[in-house]
Amino acid sequence: MLGTLPGPLALASPHLSWNVVADVRDMFRYPFMVNAFRAGTAVAVLSAVVGWFMVLRRQAFVGHTLAIVGFPGAAAAAWLGAPPALGYFAACLLCALVIAALSGRGAGGDDRGEPAIIGLAQAAALATGYLFISLYHGNLEGTNALLFGSFLGVTTGQVVALTVVAVVCVAAVATIGRPLMFASIDPGTALARGIPVGALSVGFLLLLGAAAAGASQITGSLLVFALLVLPPATARRFTLRPGLGIVLAVALGLTVTWVGLTLAYYTTYPIGFWVTSLAFGLYVVVHAVHAVAHRGRHRPLPEVAP
Amino acid sequence: MLALAPFAGIGHFLGQEFTRNAALAGGAIAVAAGMVGYFLVVRAQVFTGDALGHAAFTGALAALAAGLDVHVGLFAGTILVALLLGALGPRGRADDVVIGSVFAWLLGLGVLFLSLYTTSSSTGDSRAGITVLFGSIFGLSGHATVLAVLTCLGVVLVLTGIARPLLFASFDEAVASARGIPVRALGTALLVLVAVTAAEAAPAVGALQLLGLLTGPAATALLLTRRPFRALALSGAVALVEVWLGLALAYAAPSLPPTFAIMAVIVAGYGAARVANRAGRRAEV
Repeated sequence: MLGTLPGPLALASPHLSWNVVADVRDMFRYPFMVNAFRAGTAVAVLSAVVGWFMVLRRQAFVGHTLAIVGFPGAAAAAWLGAPPALGYFAACLLCALVIAALSGRGAGGDDRGEPAIIGLAQAAALATGYLFISLYHGNLEGTNALLFGSFLGVTTGQVVALTVVAVVCVAAVATIGRPLMFASIDPGTALARGIPVGALSVGFLLLLGAAAAGASQITGSLLVFALLVLPPATARRFTLRPGLGIVLAVALGLTVTWVGLTLAYYTTYPIGFWVTSLAFGLYVVVHAVHAVAHRGRHRPLPEVAP
Repeated sequence: MLALAPFAGIGHFLGQEFTRNAALAGGAIAVAAGMVGYFLVVRAQVFTGDALGHAAFTGALAALAAGLDVHVGLFAGTILVALLLGALGPRGRADDVVIGSVFAWLLGLGVLFLSLYTTSSSTGDSRAGITVLFGSIFGLSGHATVLAVLTCLGVVLVLTGIARPLLFASFDEAVASARGIPVRALGTALLVLVAVTAAEAAPAVGALQLLGLLTGPAATALLLTRRPFRALALSGAVALVEVWLGLALAYAAPSLPPTFAIMAVIVAGYGAARVANRAGRRAEV
């Protein structure tokens, strides 16, 4: 994994002209950019679909923690000489299971400490990742890439793996989507109707872990949120209908990723900056327009039971 | 060797300036972080504390990129974000999606400043980002230590001053508000105190692990006692002991990064408190 290395870009010496078609064709002459776009597409779709449910279930903090846990996983993989993708997925899925187990046991008891446990797990994970980095004596550009993402050096194998994960996870969401939606909005009634709320919650945590691990490989562990929370949160301003909202979130995620990759290619600024800024910019603009348009008649988003 | 002669080891530890600075600054930061962290945990604002840690990262790198003193960026960044989060949410508490959105962008900005700093200035050091993210407690200067101790003392004093109404407002917001307690102002004041602590703690324990110091000791204290004032004091004390133990561990085993050693002690402390709590509950039954 490379960081913001000028190598291939310096050779390409890209600069934007006014001819967009020629620019895009110029960019796609390089296999690494084609791979970056393929991987980015898979990740954007997966993050938007899973992220929509995450925002609905108000599990943003858990999502952030799962993303962060990918960092020690990838650092350990680098230390052991394994592919980083393996480290990301192993760590994120394992952490999803641990959180599911801990919160399941704490149900009914004192749940006030639960965010504190998540926070502690997150800090401990980061410190462990740093331990692996210092054991590895690795180059620091590599650390920055793990934390903040890199679109250079995405291999074809990685693209295939990410696409398979995305297809499987989106299919899983499509299968459990309806009961999951019910269980998220009204867990009490869902339970009474015989819907396995607990199992759905564990299943969703695993999906969230997979999405976080996938997105980490493009945006880095710290910036997964740009794809996981911002497009769905923006989409929810337009519509609360699930199907339309998810499609809109996917469209926003894809736009942000594609434009971000293009800008990162044509400028010297890092991909993480572009993707987060574009996604946040859209979020702020949509909220501001909504606030102005709906001034006077306040219509809060329906509350979801925590 | 140190393990065989603990007292000689302590003498050795305190005999050097960099370790003495680390013990002093780390101790002061621990007490402040443990105490403000207690309020974050009981008010379920842990995620906000997380966001303030990220703001410290972005602020520090912005100052570095602009050629300013790191402390200016740290304090400006964290306090601005604290006021922003206080203003955004109802009653001084922002929604988690709003917090997540703000800090995703903050980190993105931090990356921008990191790349500006490392590529443009000739003095740029690619380690800068890593240092701010993961801290370098053994690298604190005497000046930074004095500043850390004084700032954290100030935080602890102000927090002690507002502790009683703040506890009331945290446990029963509606009644406190009806009694004329300025609930919203207190919430914002707490966020500013967290911001100041985060700004001091980031260069020492790292912007990313700051969260562990804020939540770990507080969660431990909450397991050990139910009484609010006792838990508040205990949280500060637990944090102090854990940071010192972590520093000693890192000093004895130089291959461990200090921040990792501190986090390991905090996790162990929380685990021990959980076991003690369960044993205590069983004894009651």
